Amino acid sequence: MIEFRLPSLGADMDEGTLLEWCVKPGDSLKRGQIVAIVDTTKAAIDVECWDEGTVDELIVAPGTKVPVNSVLALLRTIGESPEECAQWKAQHRVAQAAAQATMPVAAAHAAPAGGAAATAAGRRRVSPAARRYAEQAGIDVDALTGSGPQGAIVLEDVQKVADKGATAEAKPVVGAAAAATERAVEMRRTIAAAMARSKREIPHYYLATDVPLEVASRWLGERNAAVPVTERLLMAVLFIKAVAKALLRFPEFNGFVREGQFEPSSAVHVGVAISLRQGGLIAPAILNTERLPLDQLMRELGDLVKRARAFTLRSSELSMPTVTVTNLGEQGADWVFGIIYPPQVALVGFGNIRERPWVESGQLKLIPAVTATLSADHRASDGHRGSLFLAEVSALLQQPQTL
Amino acid sequence: MDEPTIRDAISRVLASIAPEVSLDQIVATVPLRDQIDLDSMDWLNFIVGLHEQLHVEIPETDYRKLRTLDELIAYLRAKST
Repeated sequence: MIEFRLPSLGADMDEGTLLEWCVKPGDSLKRGQIVAIVDTTKAAIDVECWDEGTVDELIVAPGTKVPVNSVLALLRTIGESPEECAQWKAQHRVAQAAAQATMPVAAAHAAPAGGAAATAAGRRRVSPAARRYAEQAGIDVDALTGSGPQGAIVLEDVQKVADKGATAEAKPVVGAAAAATERAVEMRRTIAAAMARSKREIPHYYLATDVPLEVASRWLGERNAAVPVTERLLMAVLFIKAVAKALLRFPEFNGFVREGQFEPSSAVHVGVAISLRQGGLIAPAILNTERLPLDQLMRELGDLVKRARAFTLRSSELSMPTVTVTNLGEQGADWVFGIIYPPQVALVGFGNIRERPWVESGQLKLIPAVTATLSADHRASDGHRGSLFLAEVSALLQQPQTL
Repeated sequence: MDEPTIRDAISRVLASIAPEVSLDQIVATVPLRDQIDLDSMDWLNFIVGLHEQLHVEIPETDYRKLRTLDELIAYLRAKST
């Protein structure tokens, strides 16, 4: 028997509200399948299950707020009889009874793939993105007509109404706007809690180096001029790839400190800091970053930004980053010294790319350059290695064609 | 292509990237990115969106000609005739 638990969703998300189940008892699960959608202060998360088995019972009912690591469901491994699950349930009878009490009659089997738009309990199927968008725009989803599978309300339905100025079909509701504000307050609080913990526990040190981008800019410009607009790369992609490759040679910046011990990670999953339009930020991972060719990395980055802003991310993207990269972009400040996202041990920052005076071989010239910074954890590394790491990132960026 | 068609396309693409902004609020002579918070990914998506709506190729080297709404409309009109 497998206890399927709510996975960690990052240092600043320690609880979530189960929005809906995507599976029902009796369903067999494939590795990585999305089994539930859980709402947090930052995003609605598609929670994946990394075990294979059959769903025995859904323990937590939709609408319930649960802490990370709570048992959400019981799974039977292949060939296992329901006996063991029955024993588990007997042992947890008290907790089970409590959960049952809060579970609406139809909710135990609510929202299977072929379910009705409105369950017996009166819940309508609303996609997380649609729900969040409606909340932002102050639109009452109950007044909408769904165009998704089985009449589910999808993002498009809400956007359509929002475009019309939210007049005929749905009335803006004051309650929803207030909920959005409350969520913003809650998100600020969770970010603050994680950052305060970081500043309290992690002995940070900070380094910066200027990286010339003359070669990389020219290479990128020529490459982008030769491809359709949909295949253009951003400089950020080169930064992310260079960091990922450099980490292979500097494992002490890639991994986690758990209970005071540094555990390097063999895989590189770069978390990318993405600012959310209504405020706040989130840093989901691009998995196995160092293995991705630049064009694929660009597609994954674009997809990640889009989904982060539509509030639909996967649990693995939030629980797996082994390092974070923050890129202030063209409009940003010159330097950023980030606060490490626990339990990670490093954060690499890139400031504004702009033309700067540069001296090379006794010659003064004007070239595009960026200041790369490193915030790192003294429990895992020291400044000498940090300097070498930044030098490696810089060196890799001088050979963009090899990234 | 006439100006209303172009404005309409810009408005639609902008709504998909920065839903909180309406084209009516934009001052046509002040740089767009001083008025709307568009990062480099947003800007690229904006250019891709215009390309899809109006079938106009906008090379990166022309970005500097597209700072204000007025400049953008003039550029797209010239490109689409």
